[in-house]
Amino acid sequence: MKPAAFKYVRAATVPEAASLLAEYGDEAKVLAGGQSLIPMMSMRLARPEVLVDIARIPGLNEIEANGVLTIGATTTQSAVIRSDVVSAFAPIIGVALGHVGHVGNRSRGTFGGTVAHADPASEMPAVLLALDAEIIATGPSGQRTIAVEDFFVTTFETALADDEVLTSIRLLAPTGNACWSFNEVARRHGDYALVGVAATAELDGAGKVTKARIALSGVSDTPVRVKEAEESLIGKTLSDGAKVAGEIVSSSIDPPGDFHATKQYRIEVAGAIVTRALNEMADQKGTR
Amino acid sequence: MSTNDQSAAATAEERIVRITVNGTAMSGIAEPRLLLHDFLRHELELTGTHAGCEHGVCGACTIRLNGEVVRSCIMFAVQADGASIETVEGMANNGVLHPIQVAFQEEHGLQCGFCTPGMLMATQTLLEENPDPSEDEIREYLSGNICRCTGYVGIVASVKSAAKKLSVIQSNANGKA
Repeated sequence: MKPAAFKYVRAATVPEAASLLAEYGDEAKVLAGGQSLIPMMSMRLARPEVLVDIARIPGLNEIEANGVLTIGATTTQSAVIRSDVVSAFAPIIGVALGHVGHVGNRSRGTFGGTVAHADPASEMPAVLLALDAEIIATGPSGQRTIAVEDFFVTTFETALADDEVLTSIRLLAPTGNACWSFNEVARRHGDYALVGVAATAELDGAGKVTKARIALSGVSDTPVRVKEAEESLIGKTLSDGAKVAGEIVSSSIDPPGDFHATKQYRIEVAGAIVTRALNEMADQKGTR
Repeated sequence: MSTNDQSAAATAEERIVRITVNGTAMSGIAEPRLLLHDFLRHELELTGTHAGCEHGVCGACTIRLNGEVVRSCIMFAVQADGASIETVEGMANNGVLHPIQVAFQEEHGLQCGFCTPGMLMATQTLLEENPDPSEDEIREYLSGNICRCTGYVGIVASVKSAAKKLSVIQSNANGKA
């Protein structure tokens, strides 16, 4: 029994969860799958006085595709990976989730949790940035939509207020001629990646890029887009633009160096996997 | 549960947790911070589930919860209330080892045995989802279960052997039906 003592409240509804969060303020944390929070509590890096368990709120773990794709916050990562609806709508999500922890983490870990936790080294924040997703948050005064660009503030910090619950993630319909790729380099499968890239693009009839989004994990305190590299692809085929875009990424990022990899290594890996991702995208047309 | 932990002062927060373990309804008392593996080991006295790193890295505490592989050291017992849990104690039947256990024994899938309960539970789930996994699939599925003795070669061989044993049992059962 390693975590410090806390009060446990199982919320029955989203409004109840929001009002509990409003009542306890920053002494409270939301508990869903707990795959990041509980280890942090066991190591006493986190010591919340109250945990508001949202995992059993009815309706919060549903996946719906109705022009837009909505993934409920407490849907487990395993359920998202298994979902035919998600893999038809945005196959990059399932592929990237396969890199989140191990099978025994994904069975408990939730889709909303891996977003709200806002670990800059984790996969889903970068993927949602590449997909231009919307985050739906519910607080005591109702629901609001947060653009993914505005959601990640810094390491472990998001635009969510203390009394807001992330309730779902929404994606707009894919375009007809889009493509995607996810790549990462990790020391072992399931470890945090040293660097990851999620890339999406839309192509015209001649296979030339009309829009591109390149999002990286592990190189800053939030997931980051490299807009200069995205713009360099416009009007080119992906294979023509891949090398230069990778070089732009390497010259424009300022990643941290640590025990696992030096700054220079991350810079070189980021450029290399962006080029690799863009080259692979030529084979993954038709969706994103 | 230990009552001499100074910061643990038994509180009004304690509650009864009811779970089904290996088909048997069980219950015990848990304060919210009691982790599921401690609940299984100390409250229900099922010590087959091992406590290794206790922060979700090594996989020794792996159990099955409602049919899915779960690390019981990064889940609170109160979260499991009402769940159906399978532990390594449920594998052997009246003292006869499960075919997966026999395979681990025959193929040297263990040395000290500390990681084995978790390996067995994860292997059982893998083979239900994928009855004939490749070596790559086995290594990826078991990547969350760390073994410090075998070098994994014996474990991969054990899983392959278990897959064969189970498929023979399955086809015999189909033949009889």
